[in-house]
This record gives sequence, structure tokens and C-alpha cells, in this order.
Amino acid sequence: MIETLRRRPGLQAALLIFPAASFLVVFFLMPLFIVVAYSFLERGKYGGVVWSFTLENLQRAVDPLYFNTFLRSARIAGLTTVICLLIGYPLAYLIATQSDRRRNFLLLALMIPFWSNFLVRTYAWLTLLRTNTGLINVTLMGLGLIREPLPLFGNDFAIILGLVYGWLPDMVLPLYAALSRLDPSLLEAASDLYAPGRRVFTRVVWPLTLPGVAAGSILVFIPSLGAFITPALLGGGKSLMIGNVINNQFLAAHDWPFGSALSTIMIGLMLLATLAYFRLVRRRG
Amino acid sequence: MSSSPSAPEAKQRPPHRDLRGALRAHLGGMLLSSHAVLLYIFLYLPIVVLVVFSFNDSRFLAKWGGATFRWYGELAGDTQVAYALWNSLFIAVLSTFISTVIGTLAAMAMERYRFHGQLAMDALLYLPIIIPDIAMAIMLLIWFNLSGVGFTPWKVELFGLRLAVPYSVIIGHVSFNISFVAIVVRARLADMDRALEEAAQDLYANSWQTFRRVLLPMMMPGIVAGALLAFTLSMDDFVITFFTSGAGFNTLTVYVFGLVKKGVTPKINAISTLMVVFSLALVGLARLLQKGGEGAPVDVDLF
Repeated sequence: MIETLRRRPGLQAALLIFPAASFLVVFFLMPLFIVVAYSFLERGKYGGVVWSFTLENLQRAVDPLYFNTFLRSARIAGLTTVICLLIGYPLAYLIATQSDRRRNFLLLALMIPFWSNFLVRTYAWLTLLRTNTGLINVTLMGLGLIREPLPLFGNDFAIILGLVYGWLPDMVLPLYAALSRLDPSLLEAASDLYAPGRRVFTRVVWPLTLPGVAAGSILVFIPSLGAFITPALLGGGKSLMIGNVINNQFLAAHDWPFGSALSTIMIGLMLLATLAYFRLVRRRG
Repeated sequence: MSSSPSAPEAKQRPPHRDLRGALRAHLGGMLLSSHAVLLYIFLYLPIVVLVVFSFNDSRFLAKWGGATFRWYGELAGDTQVAYALWNSLFIAVLSTFISTVIGTLAAMAMERYRFHGQLAMDALLYLPIIIPDIAMAIMLLIWFNLSGVGFTPWKVELFGLRLAVPYSVIIGHVSFNISFVAIVVRARLADMDRALEEAAQDLYANSWQTFRRVLLPMMMPGIVAGALLAFTLSMDDFVITFFTSGAGFNTLTVYVFGLVKKGVTPKINAISTLMVVFSLALVGLARLLQKGGEGAPVDVDLF
């Protein structure tokens, strides 16, 4: 038997891939199909479903009430992505231009908060942001700089802040990777041809790091769009995103088909974003 | 960890052609540095505040009432916290072990062989990373409900505590961790020189010997990195645990979430501080295991 194994690499590959393939088919792919299928079923009386086909859930999902939540979530995720890109690019550039030792130190310092528990990191902002008892407002009012507490909590600002805080390293790392792969001689060539610094950036650096920009944007946009903890904690129960609506459909409203329909749309959006990314990367080689 | 090609170093740029250019470059450098300093303050300020206020001898968070270890003392005698902690560790250790084995095998198949359906397998390995955890949690919730597995608990006695950990939670953690392990190990495999494996085979080592003596030792840093990532993600997870466990089951993260919903207390800060310290220790351990703390903390080839 071992002899057959050695002679047939195809069999070796099949044995190696079998555990992962079977596990993911049973506990990922099939659940995925079931969620999509549930989107087309009728709601049961006490949670669960009635097995009869309907388009009602998907129609309800594009109803302005819920569609607006989708739009709002997409706007929050989009803003988070843009802010991460704007503040992350200069940082990635700085890190990429340091000596090896300093570069490793800066990367490590970037990753340490990232490796801490996400819930804990989000909770940490509660202490600072809360309207009447948050440290920022208490301090500013104590110093007499403001009379009324600033609206730092329970709104989109707080959610975006929490998301930027949570996912910034996901933006910086791909940008850093792209920047550190840049061939310095290209920059020299551009400068030698009397291109001003700004042109070197827009014509050479930016286009060459575009795959990094795309990867970072995907890595920030997707978890931001599906955010649950951040809006639940920093949105103060008022400012909700689509993740919280899905959560409510399962835990409060017991409307599983509708919750499934919302999840299906969310998954669809993710796949679209990812496909767009792969097309961009492939076109750029 | 791989080494990256040399970065555009400041020194390598051509000399600036006039004083104005030099000044502008200097100013730009200063702007970049101060931007970085501000960002690192932004990254660490909340964590520092969190830790400081875990020693606050006052129930009201924004008022400093003197330093105390009171909240840590309260934690020590709290059985709910103990249960949550051991549940978390039990799930993390078990799911890390399973997903590291499965993920490593998958990485070897994907990187060292060509087979039918490889592209589909690639997609299947990437999907759990792409899909947001709330959607994955819903998928698994429905699946466990429908298949009748439900939230059947695995009963174990650990350090005098009777744990009842639902199988569904462990399965859920494995299913999102396999992909992360596979990707990290694959990046390591892609970096390795195949000539060594070929040399071993030229010297009449059989497949098993080649694997055991050449491939495995060289893959080890990748496997360790993948396992640590899986462990961290498992300890970190809230959403999937919450949805696949049924009511009343606590891991540390689920327990903290429940407390936070009721209000902000120094006790939460104390638990959170311990969790931060724990992950710091893990990062330190990872650095020690990989080249004795030298080398890049992040593998750029992952991106």
C-alpha cells in the first residue's frame, strides 16, 4: 500500500487535502447553502422555518427600512476604509523606509494592540468616549474648555473611530508589504528624469502599491461592513449596523428566514468586493 | 519569516538639487514622524487608560479614587470568571490543535501538488476568511439546529470544575481557523527551497523520511505561527461562540460582553487588563519560538 502511495502523488494529495475539504464542505459550504436556502422559506411560528418557497424575505430586505441600514453600514465601512488608507499610507511609508531594526520594532508596536482581544480593545474606548462619564468629556469640562459634553458616543463617529482603531493594522500591513517591495532604482530613475516629488508619488509609487491599497481596503472594508461588537458597544444601542439587525432577527424577533436573507445579501456584497479586488490585482499583474 | 527586498531607503535617494528641496524633504520627514507618533499614541492610549483604571478604587470610572488591587481580588474568588476562563482555554487549545493539523496538511497539498479541483479548494479555503463572522455564526447556528447536533455539551472535569462545552462551539472555531493556519503554513512552504526535499529523495529517503526529517522541521516556524494565530483568534472570538453555544454558556469574551452590556465597572477593566497581559505573553512566546526574538514580526509575503 505504501508502495502505491509513493508512486501516486495524486493519491498523496487527495489524502492530505481530504480532512480540510471534508470538514469545510460539511461545516462551511453546507451551512452556507442552507442560509441561502432559508432566505427563500417562510417563517415558522416559534423560530425555525416552514418549508415553502417565498420571495418575501428578499423583498423585505430591500424595503427602505432595511435597505437604509445596508446603505448606512456601507457608508460607515467605506468611511472607515478611506480614513484607514489616509492615515495608514504615510505610516506604512515611514515604516518601509526605516532600517531593519527600527522597522521590526515599529511593526511589532503596531501588532501588539492588534493581537489583544477585539472586544477588550473596543471596551477600552467606552471609558474614554462616554458622553457624561467618559474621560475625554470629564477632562475637557473639568478644564473648563467646554460647557456641554461633546457628542462622542452613541453615534456614527464613535463606531467609525472604533472600527478604524480595530482594523488599522489590516490596512498598514499590506501597504507596508507593497512599499517594501518597491524597487528603489525606479524612484531614482524618476527623480533623475527631474520628476518632482509629487509626480514620483502619483506616477510611480502609488500605481505600484495599488495592489497593497486594494488588499488593505478589502481587509478593512469587509469586517467593517459585517461589524457587530463595535456598533453594539460604541453605537450605544441607538446607532445600528446590518450586523446588529441580523443578530436581532435571530435572538429577538425569531425571524430566521429574514435574518438569513439579510446574511445572504451581506455575503453577496463581500463576494462582489473580493472579486473586484482580484480583478484589480490581476489586471495590474 | 521571509526577508523582504530592500526598501527605498532615505539615503538611496538622489541628492536634492537645491536648498529648498532639501528643506522640503526635511519638513516632510518631520511630518511623517509626528504623524506616526500620533498614530502610536492613538493605538496605545485606550489600552493604557484601561489598565490604569483597573486599579481605580472607585466605582465611578471617570473619578480617580486611589489605587487598589480590590478588583483583581474579586476576580480571584469569582467562579463564573473561572468557568469562563477554562471554557475559553479548553476551546482554544482543542480547536487550535485540530485546525493546525488539518490546516497544515491542506497547505502541503496546495503548495506541493497539482490536483483536480485545486482552484475550487483554494476558494473554499479563502471563503471562511472573507465571510464576516456574523454571517458565519448564523450559518453554523442554522446548521447545528437543522442537523440535530444542536448545542450538545461535551462534559469534562478540569481542575475541579465541571465544564460542559458544546461540540458546536469547538467545530465552529475549527472551521474558521483551518483557513488561517493553511494560509500561514502555505506562505512558509512557498518560501522554502524545494531542492532540499529533492536532495533528500536523491539520497534515497522515502516520502515519510523526507517529510519527518526535512519538510516538517523547515515548516515548523510556519506551523507555530499558524497555531498561535488560531489560538489568538479562538480566544478573541465572540460572535461565533455566542451563536453556536446556546444560552448560559460563557467563554471569557462572551462573559465580558454580558458584563459590558450591563454597564462599565472597574472589574471589567481588571479582566480586560489580564486578557491584554495574556496576549502580550503570547506575542512574547511567539517571538521566542521564532528565531529567538529576531526577525520581522510579520510575514510580508502573506499580503
